[in-house]
Amino acid sequence: MVRRLVSLLTPWRVLLALLLATAAVIVTVRFAFGLGSVTNLSDQTPWGIWVGFDILAGIGLAAGGFIMAAAVYVFGLERYRPLLRMSILTALIGYLLFITGLILEIGRPWNIWRCIVDHNVHSALFEIAWCVMLYTTVLLLEFSQVVWERLGWRRVEAVLHKVLAPLVIVGVLLSTLHQSTLGTLFTIVPHKLHPLWYSPILPVHFFISCLAAGLAMICFEGFLSWRFLGHPPRMDLLPNLARVMALILVVYFVFRIEDLALRGALPLAFAAGLPALLFWLENLLFVIVPVLIVLRTARRMSTRALFATSLCAVIGFVMHRFNVAVTGMQLIHPTGYFPTWQELVISMSLIGLGFIAAGLAVTFLPVVHAGGGDISDGRAAAYRLPWPAPRPEPRAEGGPGEPS
Amino acid sequence: MTAAPKALLVDITRCIGCGACSQACKTANQLPAPVEPKLTADTWTVVLERGDGRFVRDLCRHCLEPSCVSVCPVGALTKSDDGPVVYDKSICLGCRYCMIGCPFRVPMFEWHSATPRIRKCILCAPRLERGLPTACAEACPTEATVFGDRDTLVAVARARLAAHPERYHDHVYGLTEVGGTSVLFLSPVPFEELDFDTTVADFPLPDLTWRLLLHVPNVVLLGAGFLGASYWLYRRRDQVAADEGPDRAPSTHAGPGADDG
Repeated sequence: MVRRLVSLLTPWRVLLALLLATAAVIVTVRFAFGLGSVTNLSDQTPWGIWVGFDILAGIGLAAGGFIMAAAVYVFGLERYRPLLRMSILTALIGYLLFITGLILEIGRPWNIWRCIVDHNVHSALFEIAWCVMLYTTVLLLEFSQVVWERLGWRRVEAVLHKVLAPLVIVGVLLSTLHQSTLGTLFTIVPHKLHPLWYSPILPVHFFISCLAAGLAMICFEGFLSWRFLGHPPRMDLLPNLARVMALILVVYFVFRIEDLALRGALPLAFAAGLPALLFWLENLLFVIVPVLIVLRTARRMSTRALFATSLCAVIGFVMHRFNVAVTGMQLIHPTGYFPTWQELVISMSLIGLGFIAAGLAVTFLPVVHAGGGDISDGRAAAYRLPWPAPRPEPRAEGGPGEPS
Repeated sequence: MTAAPKALLVDITRCIGCGACSQACKTANQLPAPVEPKLTADTWTVVLERGDGRFVRDLCRHCLEPSCVSVCPVGALTKSDDGPVVYDKSICLGCRYCMIGCPFRVPMFEWHSATPRIRKCILCAPRLERGLPTACAEACPTEATVFGDRDTLVAVARARLAAHPERYHDHVYGLTEVGGTSVLFLSPVPFEELDFDTTVADFPLPDLTWRLLLHVPNVVLLGAGFLGASYWLYRRRDQVAADEGPDRAPSTHAGPGADDG
């Protein structure tokens, strides 16, 4: 028994356990003595890394769930069904982590339910609160399929299946709304946010970029799930997502530059200094490098290229959100904010919790490569209990690098 | 009670920097601790020296269309008919979006409390209800801060500008800034020299958000139509394919992993 327990202690798990234990202490201190006791937030910097990273970037990176659901259920791109469950699972985990982060971030979390009864339709945050509540419910329902399937509750599964298409459409609408409205949050501070990031149409920037980020994240998850769970990445599908991502990034970049030009802010991107440096670093990582990698590997994309391009885009995307929420404001009104180690530990712990949740779900539920198991086609039998342990399988018979 | 909206007129040429307003504010609002050098959760108004013997008060401007009120998801901040922007901690989430949204960086937060509140000047709302002026205006020995109906004070400010053009910079700060505020300033020099933010828009900032949020119904209707139509087309395509014969059914091309498990 003891030996069995010890065998579970891989270095990564020990590290994760230490991280989470530290986070537990920090959370206790935060609730006992207030936000100021563990963060560098102040009256001059009311929003920091927890908003910029955990919330803004986190929600954007979870966009893969609605993108893949729309692709398969609404647009009928059946080919991509094998990626669907993993995308919905990671989106669900993302939103649950976001809500967890939010409870730590807001000062009076016991009032969080007030959004349901006290309405201010003029507030972008009010719209986001409702969309996130409803969309998390949609994600739970979408993902619950997997649970009913695992439990063998065929009747519940059948009922759910009947409403799945409308449910997915509602999910896409809710996502479109709140992904863009996260940008609307910052439209009210034209003179507090640096003009390289401020735009009266920030919601459009946020929506287009979340599409790319969602796809990038699905590709990157392919890598993580390969590295940590031993599932070979779907090299017959993922490179196509990376190509679509590159296309969206090009549209995004053209749009972004055009927007700057129209507002007369483009010269700022070429003025020496920190703002221009941050702007180009962000766009280099988010747009230029990923697009170049995709272009150079147009005929055959290696796993390495796929993960380089997706990781690069993910980092660049996080930078964009962080620049809007924190850095871009600091450039106008420097307050010397830098996150405390406690803020970083909490952010890393949320990612750690995500890994644990994803690992557990993939181990105990039919998530990965459940492509053919959709009951709509009368092929429910594709999955049978008990689940075989996740096993490596030959990389896509169709040929991994098949040009498509 | 629909009294005329109240306001404060701060005439920087008359301010001697005595700080009586800050002190009176502390007493009237039962705020602990001595007056601090800048706005904090427990100091709702300060007098800041801006060189040349000039003193500028910092306090909540009680905008006519306040950003903080518009951004609060639950409406914990409200603009009263008679002027004050007031706060209700019982519904506040502590999201601090009001602090981000405020163009004048006024709302403050209790960072070291387990039950933190947003704190800021409330234009002595309880005193106003009893028909009293704000504590700061009452305490001011030089009438640098005066209290009254906003319309009256605008007229007073304009009269002073007209009577003594040599004494004033020809602008009433707060008349049009962010669509108008309930705290008006007169200055001997251009306002940017006194660290006023003169880059703020001259229209209510909540308009910027509202005109975007107005698109929500359109996005929902157009989006639902587009997605519904796409779904119908895809089902129809499969239906037709199935009717035409099993060897032409398209939905068998689920990826290579389709038959695992």
